[in-house]
Amino acid sequence: MVPLSYYLVLSGFLFACGVTGFLIKRNIITIFMSIELMLNGVNLSFVAFAAQWHALSGQVFVFFVMVVAAAEAAVGLAIIIAVYRTRETLNVDRVNLLKL
Amino acid sequence: MLHLILFSVFGLICAAAAVNLLVQSHPINSALSLVVVMGSLAVEYLLLGAEFVAAVQVIVYAGAIMVLFVFVIMLLNAGKEERTKGSRVSLFIGIPGVTIGSVLMAWVLITHSGTRSVEAGALPGDPRQIAQLLFHQFLLPFEVTSILVLIAIMGAVVLAARPEALQPTEEKN
Repeated sequence: MVPLSYYLVLSGFLFACGVTGFLIKRNIITIFMSIELMLNGVNLSFVAFAAQWHALSGQVFVFFVMVVAAAEAAVGLAIIIAVYRTRETLNVDRVNLLKL
Repeated sequence: MLHLILFSVFGLICAAAAVNLLVQSHPINSALSLVVVMGSLAVEYLLLGAEFVAAVQVIVYAGAIMVLFVFVIMLLNAGKEERTKGSRVSLFIGIPGVTIGSVLMAWVLITHSGTRSVEAGALPGDPRQIAQLLFHQFLLPFEVTSILVLIAIMGAVVLAARPEALQPTEEKN
């Protein structure tokens, strides 16, 4: 028997780590991984609430979140490759102009 | 009791790997700690009885998505990240801000969410029931996500291909 709040605290901690990484990291790939960490934190609270309220649709929503995350990762990493090809850097501080 | 012990052990592993992701300066180390986070989260899902979600977590997240990340890190030969002035400002504002926010959130969750608890395997999320839901109640969203994935595949190919590779080539006679 684990209190629901423990799951929510773990989920919130993962989300907070994701936000921190998004703020302090300067490598564009690591920033992207922080976003995945945030999505994982949200998924954990989805599953915890699904078990709490006996609603299986919570787990189906986790599935949808994963599909969207996979699509996002594919497109995002392609964008990172395109950015690296034109700028030759992965540091977001150096990608500060829309035009070359 | 066993449930609580397993939850604590894998929760601590998960939290430690998440912190390690932030501390490491090389992206490949961050990627490997993210794999640990996802693997231990899969165990947490199993504890909650969500077998299907746990399997998909390992296959899609820890498998497919992380392979994509590691592949891009190696393709771009990403090294240690360099620190600039802006990043130091975000370090000093971001870490205290997030710490205060998460401590407040944890306090509110622990004190105000009551004494309800989740039993191990309270909700059997086996693939058959998930499929019932997915292909009846959520059929339209499911089809829409399939279109989304299709568009994402095409977008990724167009974005990642070299510009000259997309030009129509003249046919050789």
